[in-house]
Amino acid sequence: MSTFKIEHRENNAINVLDLKGYLDAHTAPELEKTFQSLIDTNRFRIIVNCRDLTYISSAGLGVFMAYIEDVRRNQGDIKLSNMSPKVFNVFDLLGFPLLYEITPDEADAVKKFQETGKPPKAGK
Amino acid sequence: MNRNEKKTGMRLTINSSTDRLREVRDFVSDRARDAGFRDEVVHTIALCCDEACTNVIKHAYANAPDREIDIRIIPRRDEMEIVITHDGESFDPDTIKSPDMKEYLSHYRKGGLGLHLIRSLMDKVFYKQGNGSRYEVHLVKFHSSP
Repeated sequence: MSTFKIEHRENNAINVLDLKGYLDAHTAPELEKTFQSLIDTNRFRIIVNCRDLTYISSAGLGVFMAYIEDVRRNQGDIKLSNMSPKVFNVFDLLGFPLLYEITPDEADAVKKFQETGKPPKAGK
Repeated sequence: MNRNEKKTGMRLTINSSTDRLREVRDFVSDRARDAGFRDEVVHTIALCCDEACTNVIKHAYANAPDREIDIRIIPRRDEMEIVITHDGESFDPDTIKSPDMKEYLSHYRKGGLGLHLIRSLMDKVFYKQGNGSRYEVHLVKFHSSP
């Protein structure tokens, strides 16, 4: 039985990935594959909706680090939304809110893309 | 439950495959909950055991899926200790510095976050040579920690 699932849809011409279940070293390659296929098809405006993400380990966080540079180099961004406190704490502990826009709702992330599309810079 | 069963209940042996990580987390979570830790801390302990086992699979066993990892729980009055044993390549995590996260993020670095999480979240972390060619990773959480 798979413990992790990704669904891809569009919202206002922005690619939304709905993550469900457990993102760890075993399931992280599935997310890698999905990011890679978005990049290969020039889709760089990405929202990751974490509403149904139950768990994340550093292997999952590593996937976001692996693709953010490529995505931003192409004027896109990876924004994250709808995190549970448990999942947010792991991101927060590692300082990821410095580099990634994390919004309470998907609609806020869409709005941010529509406003500027510019990602925040780490360390500023 | 006899003494032997109880002892078995504190121990889990898995093969070195990442598809066993969920089992590790469930096992450790159940024991931490039984020991009286609250939910947030149970999650923290399970996450750190996942990170430690992932490091063993990736670094000590170079992703070979058929080696052995032993996870043992030692509950005490003031703390819970988890001992993760393997017989792969030794690596000395003490020689690996935790990253400066601001610098790490601004340079889009990758990897090495698991050890940083373990050090940030557990109260004690140490490494020991076990019997023969076995190595032990010890993770300790105090009941009194916030």
